[in-house]
Amino acid sequence: MHLAAAYDTLAFFGRDPWWLVLLKAVFCFAFLVLTVLIAIVWERKVVAWMQLRIGPNRHGPWGLLQSLADGVKLALKEDLVVKGADKAVYILAPIVAAIPAFMSFAVIPFGPAGNEVSIFGTRTPLQLTDLPIALLYILATASVGIYGIVLAGWSSGSTYPLLGGIRSSAQMISYEIAMGLSFAAVFIYSGSMSTSEIVASQQPTWFAVLLPVSFIVYIVAMVGETNRAPFDLPEAEGELVGGFNTEYSSLKFAMFMLAEYVNMVTVSAVASTLFLGGWRAPWPISTFWEGANHGWWPMLWIVLKIQLLLFFFIWLRGTLPRLRYDQFMKLGWKVLIPVSLVWLVMVSAVRALRNEGYDFTKVLLYVGAPLAAVLLVALIADVVRKKPEEPPAAAPPAAFDPMAGGYPVPPLPGQELPPVPRRRRRTPQLQDALNGADHSEGS
Amino acid sequence: MNAYAPILVLGAIAAAFAVGSVVMASLTGPKRYNRAKLEAYECGIEPTPQPVGGGRFPIKYYLTAMLFIVFDIEIVFLYPWAVSFDALGIFGLVEMLLFIATVFVAYAYVWRRGGLEWD
Amino acid sequence: MSTLLAAAGSLEPAARSYLSPTGQEIVFLLVGVLVLGAAVVSVTTRQLVHAALWLVVALGGLAVEFLLLTAEFVAWVQVLVYLGSVVVLVLFGLMLTRAPIGRSPDADSGNRPAALAVGAASAATLVTLVVDAFRSSWIDLSGPAGTTRLTGEFLFSHWVLPFEALSVLLLAALVGAIVLSRAKGDGTKPRPGNLRTVLTKTKER
Repeated sequence: MHLAAAYDTLAFFGRDPWWLVLLKAVFCFAFLVLTVLIAIVWERKVVAWMQLRIGPNRHGPWGLLQSLADGVKLALKEDLVVKGADKAVYILAPIVAAIPAFMSFAVIPFGPAGNEVSIFGTRTPLQLTDLPIALLYILATASVGIYGIVLAGWSSGSTYPLLGGIRSSAQMISYEIAMGLSFAAVFIYSGSMSTSEIVASQQPTWFAVLLPVSFIVYIVAMVGETNRAPFDLPEAEGELVGGFNTEYSSLKFAMFMLAEYVNMVTVSAVASTLFLGGWRAPWPISTFWEGANHGWWPMLWIVLKIQLLLFFFIWLRGTLPRLRYDQFMKLGWKVLIPVSLVWLVMVSAVRALRNEGYDFTKVLLYVGAPLAAVLLVALIADVVRKKPEEPPAAAPPAAFDPMAGGYPVPPLPGQELPPVPRRRRRTPQLQDALNGADHSEGS
Repeated sequence: MNAYAPILVLGAIAAAFAVGSVVMASLTGPKRYNRAKLEAYECGIEPTPQPVGGGRFPIKYYLTAMLFIVFDIEIVFLYPWAVSFDALGIFGLVEMLLFIATVFVAYAYVWRRGGLEWD
Repeated sequence: MSTLLAAAGSLEPAARSYLSPTGQEIVFLLVGVLVLGAAVVSVTTRQLVHAALWLVVALGGLAVEFLLLTAEFVAWVQVLVYLGSVVVLVLFGLMLTRAPIGRSPDADSGNRPAALAVGAASAATLVTLVVDAFRSSWIDLSGPAGTTRLTGEFLFSHWVLPFEALSVLLLAALVGAIVLSRAKGDGTKPRPGNLRTVLTKTKER
């Protein structure tokens, strides 16, 4: 195909016979499902160990078949459609959530693009397919996956799912920006958006080393994008019950869970491909073993990297408490986005100056000096700026009527519950205890 | 276009799996009618009546989506610029710096007007 | 599918006839019909959120059309920007005010004839324009015209002014959004938890 002819590694794709395409596609699907099944058991085990528990140990050796048992159990549960639901959309939502999650994995490379392995006598790259715009494709499918969540929340016709769905989609779109911006610096270095070319261009050094800020921004954004702890606000059990999937049961619920974990695997694979050298062997191995990057071996390295990143997800969940929604949005919009924009400008300025032939010290001067100046000005402005005066004492808030809307609502911050009428004074100690309890509730 | 055939195949497998699961769930599960089961879940209490018109959301969400579009468009322009960065040279850099600066003004304005506050 | 994929690679200049269309052209027309149908349903359905979903189908179909024209970059930008953010904005906008489940009989503002007239007029203009512009010209799809690299190099060397003007447009859009959303409560923080402030009347259940 002429389109691909402009690129080197892309020329290897789109040439497989139909049975090989089918085989590879089935492999990708099976790989995702298996990784998810293992990841769920692994997550429960690891979190249990971190909390000094045992974790699942009943089904199969070491509880390995736990996820399978969960799946069978879910299949045997009643498939509810709540009364207030918009039935068509309600059934469509889990399907819409699951399909893009699987599809975005199609462009992940498991090995070099150079037809190095032979499957039933046909030489082929270890990758389902590749596109000149592979990462744009990944971003686009991720954004389509948002529909599953927002539609699930809306179509349930219930309050908690609606809140969870809207929250979740706002969260995902916020972190998608940071994610997209962190990709741009990679493209400057690789000169391509295709995954195979990006891995090929990480020949001496991984991009995680060359572009550390992009890597960190991506890691934070990928946790936010997949709604995982500490950013699992959409399913904050304490406030939203289960989030957008509250009204779902049986295998429809399983579809959402599956989509969430598949997305985890996909973002981990993208992180490995973009920043951690993809299928390349890690540093000490690659120095003494030439064959580590050829044949079937690359598959081992990328699977290892994906598993390590999945462990990182679990580790985060076992370690960090959940953020508040305003802290979370603040991190996304006020930290990640400006940081990645400034970083992108710096990277591109350095790259452009070096392309023009300036030497390193001059580049450092031209890029570093304006940055230092801006930081200095910001610092001075912050010191000199008048602190906002204390606002005048607000008028005492109007009495709060919990039944104003026709049914009881809790007080908002700053509002006091009206005093509870007492029957009569009992013993002084008991009265004090009651007052104390009442006060802590009202504040 | 040949490179898209595997994507279609993978999508078809995923679709078959997802639709199959949803259909299977309605066949394998038991069906025992209970009025309370079909009510919206609100921690066991009677569901709060929905307000007329379905309730309202903070305008924040709308603003977030608007900001998202603006940055999405910025990203869409950043990508081709980044891919052909070496060919464009200093001129391309200056062009993009101007673009980023203008969008950053919009961003700073939204920040200043409290559009990014969520408390 | 295989015929489509086979046809995509073998667009011979000799096959320029309207009477013997290639597989690609047939698919192009079919998707076009689908887009048209989805668009019509989108403006006629009485269910607000369903209208937005049919819009998704129509815009996604357009992305497929771009893909069939080998403009890969534009196709996925269409998915990313229109499906991924514009319709999400529409959905948020619907839920901002109301997104009731089921039909909304009051959603029709009574402007149907006027809207129909405007829609038909703009469609007629576009069709006339496009037919007139490309009447008998044949666009060869086998070149690397749709690639990102080429798009980028054209955009940033030939279309600099529109590109910079676009940033001002984005600025204006954001300022507009802020002004709209903050018309009254200047400087004051929104009340937390105002998700359910409109609770005066409750539906009969």
